[in-house]
Amino acid sequence: MGKVCTALAVIAVLTMILATGMGPVTVAPLTTAKILISRIPLVGNLIDHSWQQLDENIILGLRLPRVCLGLVVGASLAVCGVTMQALVRNNLADPFILGVSSGAAAFATLGMLFGAFSFLGTYSLSISAFIGSAVTIIFVYMISRVRGRINIMQLLLSGVAISMIMDGITSIIKLSAPNALGLHNAEFWMSGSLAGAKWAYLTLPLAVLLICMTVLMINYRGLNLLLLGEESAGALGVNVSRLQKMLVLLTSLMAGVTIAVSGTIGFVGLMVPHFTRLWVGGDHKRVLPVSALLGGILVVWVDVAARCLIAPEEMPVGVLTAVIGGPMFIWMLKKRGGQRA
Amino acid sequence: MPETRLEVKDLCYSYGNARDAADHVSFNVKKGQFVGLIGPNGSGKSTVLKNIYRALKPAGGRILLDGEDLLKMSYRESALKMAVVGQENELPFDFTVEEIVAMGRSPHKKLFDADNANDKQIVHHALEHLGMADMANRSYLNLSGGEKQRTIIARAVAQESDFLILDEPTNHLDISFQIQIFDLIKRLNTTVLSAIHDLNMAALYCDYVYVLKNGRIVLEGTPDDVLTVENISNVYGVDCCVSRHPVTDKMSITFLPAGIKTKE
Repeated sequence: MGKVCTALAVIAVLTMILATGMGPVTVAPLTTAKILISRIPLVGNLIDHSWQQLDENIILGLRLPRVCLGLVVGASLAVCGVTMQALVRNNLADPFILGVSSGAAAFATLGMLFGAFSFLGTYSLSISAFIGSAVTIIFVYMISRVRGRINIMQLLLSGVAISMIMDGITSIIKLSAPNALGLHNAEFWMSGSLAGAKWAYLTLPLAVLLICMTVLMINYRGLNLLLLGEESAGALGVNVSRLQKMLVLLTSLMAGVTIAVSGTIGFVGLMVPHFTRLWVGGDHKRVLPVSALLGGILVVWVDVAARCLIAPEEMPVGVLTAVIGGPMFIWMLKKRGGQRA
Repeated sequence: MPETRLEVKDLCYSYGNARDAADHVSFNVKKGQFVGLIGPNGSGKSTVLKNIYRALKPAGGRILLDGEDLLKMSYRESALKMAVVGQENELPFDFTVEEIVAMGRSPHKKLFDADNANDKQIVHHALEHLGMADMANRSYLNLSGGEKQRTIIARAVAQESDFLILDEPTNHLDISFQIQIFDLIKRLNTTVLSAIHDLNMAALYCDYVYVLKNGRIVLEGTPDDVLTVENISNVYGVDCCVSRHPVTDKMSITFLPAGIKTKE
């Protein structure tokens, strides 16, 4: 367990160094490492300043915030997927598939248009996205609960229906009030992108990720027990309805603030927990940290591909995750069908 | 006179249909007793048990566990006093047998407690008791029905509560597993309240039985007193022969199909 996490943490650091250097303008990994280390207090002075100012500007001003945002967004989406899957007891749950991302995007655009939450300042966008994801999760959850159990058919279909409704709302807003949207256009919400990342975007998602992760790790037994079913979980000492409410709140928070900064990056919450479970088993004590690290690393590399594949043009990272994740989803769906037969 | 562990008084529950699923059900379970709830399908056995293990909220009545109001206890407190083997044993994700059994330790754990050596030992003992020590690292999803059920019972054992609630624990299992599982439970020497489908099993293992029909308790007593030709005909609407079996010294019930009855 400790070894797996340490190895992944090392890979995450290497990823930061390598991925920061990669893009339309390449900076050598050694130079990147030097620039990064020079910014660390105490150790920084030991490095001699042997690089061009342009490289430093690209690394520190453009790439590093983007890579860091990728790590945070990927980790949040993966942990969000793990949590939703425990909530509905199904490995096909993902913020994108269940329409939560679309809900967050729709509410975020609505919020921008009407300025509904503008009194909250910088965070108004994140807060409207959070409300959107909370509303969607609660809706989907209620629609798919049949006689106290989550019906998987209802779950997936209500997810599809709600995400279509929400995407529709986003499009209508885009068409009727194009200038109100500013930086974030509808395409951004629907296909997700890390381009234009700034340090300021990072604070809230990082804080939310750390808080949610802490709360989830404290409650890892509860998450495990929830997988046994509500009745068994209750009989093993879990206050099921309280735990479920908490999970809805945590997933909405993570999905909301993540989507507010990156748009819809789909299937990360589906793929990462799946492979994590194949690798380390089902225990949330291991699944949560491993998923977080894997999710972050995955999104950073997919984003590298997104900016290198058709350079100097950029592909939205959400397009790439969909191309990889969609077939994965179909494969998992088929596998499930096979098991039941 | 052994003390009363569980006291159910006028328990009512309705799923919203015309007829109540549990209609003023009252009964007691005394310390060390193996109590059976029997009755036809849909008579309310599971409903009553689910109200007791808090999967459903009673519409009326009182449930006292060791003299304390069950509904006022925290879930953790009630989990320390009673363990449940329910009917749902499916898992969406894979865990090892050992991990599942270790989940029985959760009510003993506070927020930041890690599993310690003592927990490991208890889990190991529980596995041994059910003859599953060599399966500890097997994947739960690949087990057979009987093995899954044994794992769940081992989990209840690891929970270390001395009151076991079983909801038709041997449903869908082969006869060899049915006997095996009831034998294992009997060997635990704890207080047991179990819904039992099979009347012969009830006769073999129960000290006392309550008979439910249409959500009401219609009969109670030792299996010898309750399992008579007349009672079975009244409750289940079938004809049968009941005799004391020479080997087990328990009631043995043979159901009679319509064709054979007419030949007599």
